[in-house]
Amino acid sequence: MSSAEQSKIRNFCIVAHIDHGKSTLADRIIEKTGLLTSREMQAQVLDNMDLERERGITIKAQTVRTVYKAKDGEEYIFNLIDTPGHVDFNYEVSRSLAACDGAILVVDAAQGIEAQTLANVYLALDHDLDVFPVINKIDLPSADPQRVIAEIEDVIGIEAQNAPLISAKNGIGIEDVLERIVECIPAPKGDPDAPLQALIFDSLYDSYKGVIVFCRIMEGTVKKGTKIRMMATNASYDVVEVGYFGAGQFIPCEELSAGMVGYITASIKNVKDTSVGDTITEVDRPCAQPLPGYKQVQSMVYCGMYPADGAKYPDLRDALEKLKLNDASLNYEPETSIALGFGFRCGFLGLLHLEIIQERLEREYNLDLVTTAPGVVYKVHQTNGEVIELTNPSNLPDPSQIEYMEEPVVSAEIMVTTEFIGSIMELCQERRGKYIGIEYTTGGRALIRYDLPLNEIIYDFFDALKSRSRGYASFDYDLKGYEQSSLVKLDILINREEVDALSFIVHADSAYERGRKMCEKLKDEIPRHLFEIPIQAAVGGKIIARETVKAMRKDVLAKCYGGDITRKKKLLEKQKEGKKRMRQIGNVEIPQKAFMSVLKLDDK
Amino acid sequence: MTNKPLEIYLHIPFCVRKCAYCDFLSGSANGETMLRYTAALCQEIQLRKSEYQGRRISSIFFGGGTPSALPLGCIELLLKTITGRMELSPDCEITLEMNPGTAVKEKLAEYKKAGVNRLSIGLQSTNDEELCTLGRIHTYRQFQDTYETAREVGFANINVDLISAVPGQTKASFLDSLRKITQLTKPPEHISVYSLIIEEGTPFYQLYQDKPALFLSEEEDRDLYHETKALLNTFGYDRYEISNYAKPGFACRHNMGYWNRAEYLGFGIGAASLYKESRFFNSDILEDYLENPVGVRSTPEVLSKKDQMSEFMFLGLRLCKGVSKSEFQRIFGTTIRNVFEEAISKSIREKLMLETRDSFMLTDYGLDVSNYVMSRFLL
Repeated sequence: MSSAEQSKIRNFCIVAHIDHGKSTLADRIIEKTGLLTSREMQAQVLDNMDLERERGITIKAQTVRTVYKAKDGEEYIFNLIDTPGHVDFNYEVSRSLAACDGAILVVDAAQGIEAQTLANVYLALDHDLDVFPVINKIDLPSADPQRVIAEIEDVIGIEAQNAPLISAKNGIGIEDVLERIVECIPAPKGDPDAPLQALIFDSLYDSYKGVIVFCRIMEGTVKKGTKIRMMATNASYDVVEVGYFGAGQFIPCEELSAGMVGYITASIKNVKDTSVGDTITEVDRPCAQPLPGYKQVQSMVYCGMYPADGAKYPDLRDALEKLKLNDASLNYEPETSIALGFGFRCGFLGLLHLEIIQERLEREYNLDLVTTAPGVVYKVHQTNGEVIELTNPSNLPDPSQIEYMEEPVVSAEIMVTTEFIGSIMELCQERRGKYIGIEYTTGGRALIRYDLPLNEIIYDFFDALKSRSRGYASFDYDLKGYEQSSLVKLDILINREEVDALSFIVHADSAYERGRKMCEKLKDEIPRHLFEIPIQAAVGGKIIARETVKAMRKDVLAKCYGGDITRKKKLLEKQKEGKKRMRQIGNVEIPQKAFMSVLKLDDK
Repeated sequence: MTNKPLEIYLHIPFCVRKCAYCDFLSGSANGETMLRYTAALCQEIQLRKSEYQGRRISSIFFGGGTPSALPLGCIELLLKTITGRMELSPDCEITLEMNPGTAVKEKLAEYKKAGVNRLSIGLQSTNDEELCTLGRIHTYRQFQDTYETAREVGFANINVDLISAVPGQTKASFLDSLRKITQLTKPPEHISVYSLIIEEGTPFYQLYQDKPALFLSEEEDRDLYHETKALLNTFGYDRYEISNYAKPGFACRHNMGYWNRAEYLGFGIGAASLYKESRFFNSDILEDYLENPVGVRSTPEVLSKKDQMSEFMFLGLRLCKGVSKSEFQRIFGTTIRNVFEEAISKSIREKLMLETRDSFMLTDYGLDVSNYVMSRFLL
């Protein structure tokens, strides 16, 4: 089946809110199409990074091709393109959708529509995809498929009466879904003889083959030896291999032609050259124009990353280089901190992306990291007319040189049951939100719209949202733009020395509150020393809060006899280990986790 | 055969009732179990013959638990078993820990006759309310009786244990306890004053979570500690270790052995041994031990030269006279400064440590935060 008739191809994706069962359905589809035996199936075939499986989320879009023998007796090729589920990866989602002709919308039979359901389904409809709904988890005691069907029709406005009622987990109703794919998802179009026009929707770095480019062929044909050019980056290469995606493996084939989904390798050294969303064409016979929608990926959240052990700086650099090969949306550049030494200022799509990179660095590269408080990119308009994009609070110019500052603002949509509207609005107001509107839907639910400063949501907004709605609220956002705001830099002084790595930008109105909480938190994190340690928060040189770590008076094991010596040694070892994880600032030893304490200011 | 002396420890894990601060391996038991245990101890002593054969025993210590909780005759049997097989040095120190609520005159006479020459009496406080808070089974009055009897029977070397920073204790009540002890007729030769440690798993741990205000602050605790030294000094007691005070010549030899890294064999459940530079423990499960006293033993922790040097420092620094430079040099063939330069100079700079011609010792402040200093000496 290397070259197939277009009419027998179905390119589709699954969209859903997180935890509604997207990856499980994908597993079942792969299983039922018979490409893999049950025994070969890992729990979730598509999520092949350990981290993804542990967290139960899909980070990198994955793709698989299977063969389905339909009830009409024909064999169909299914290209299932898995999409990331988290708002941080919205752009990846949109490019994956652009590679499809249709989408399956999975909705949880108990929970109904959530914020990400809407965000993703609107994204799919924006890309002119044919969407058909599937109601999952019908075996749950709390399942209410009829209500959910009504909700889908009411809120999204797509027909849902014939939606398959399934349980992906227990394999119920999967046949129905497969037949619907054949019926409802349109076959691809495109002329195999036209000039090559292919959309890059993902790529990954392989140490043998170089970058493996995942693409959807819109027009034309590509095969070994084709001279190709990336239209945005202008890089050109000779194709070494083309192929399609088996489950977890790459299967080479002769050629990829219009309508097909597959991969290309061309000894490409860096994923930077193969930006997601870019268009591949032929050098000799270029297409008239690139496919629409390409965006340069922009980092939304920045933080400093430092090796816990200063000597590991080269290891951190190497690790970031390697990760960058695989993740074009990761940015980093070297920086120096007085407190933390040599490290990197790293840019991420969002906080989840940050956490994932941090965990991968720690696990896959065995690095112990100190991370500074994440911040957003501020625009600093200086009196001399220059505008700085500020990613590190330490680089904020002197206030006398600042005309005004701007901060990024997002349009947020929060889906919640009506009983929690009050508490969610209260939360948004606290976070300096601007109320936009509310829409009531069936089933006693509402969609609340707010504009929120990005720096108010990057830390713990999601957790606050969940706790104030007993887990029922769901949330999605889009960058709206920059707005002028009254911002100040909050500095922290430990034993009267300013610790650059603890500075952060905050709205003037919350400076006092955050300064106070920060001092309280640090007081708990910093162990007693032989002397008293003042911890102060300051704005523009003025102290606004203070706490004191009292001097250590007693640290002694009063009784120590023969049987206790082993225990005593363990106690001392623990103490010594704790010291290793400390940073020396002046004559104060600060535990590394203290640098992350700003993240947890709202812990109750 | 080496001439290095060897110490013997026997663990008696029985108590009438467990105290509110205690996390030692102990519990209550009936007379029958205690007899079985005594028999098992005798058996263990016989079976471990190769470990002590040809060695001279410098001290024997019955610890617990409460060794005086054993029925009449047990201690005598145990000492007979020992003396029948081991060679005791002529000045061998034989200590027995006892609870004032458990020792009747017959027992004290038995101990004396069997060869016990040092008693360690767990008094903890002279204030009956504080004794009650601690969960002790005796009153101060009972202690006085026991103490007098012990002197009558002929014990000339007695230690009394006290605890400082008992919940609800005031400075006045603590100093009152100290004074009363020093003013006994024939006051004790040795006094241990332990400042309370709140151990996880004890009733005090829970109490501390619920009512932390009942407990003394670090500052109050240290105040009592400093007062203890001053007061006992005026009565002729020298602090020779973090928590131990003695009249000249009465430092507890057995415990000195632990801090000087003497070799010792521990008998009984959970007992620790340091033998040929490895540490190991007996099983801490009573039934296993009774079944076969030498059946279960922890994997020996073999001490490397680095371990030995670290132990030399952090155990030796518990002693007020500190660690000896020449002794270190003699044992390890290098100097303390060579190995621990950074820790030494930092500690001296911070006034936690002093240097003399042949020693390094902790200052009074260094003793207050000794763990903090000692952790620097781990290699």
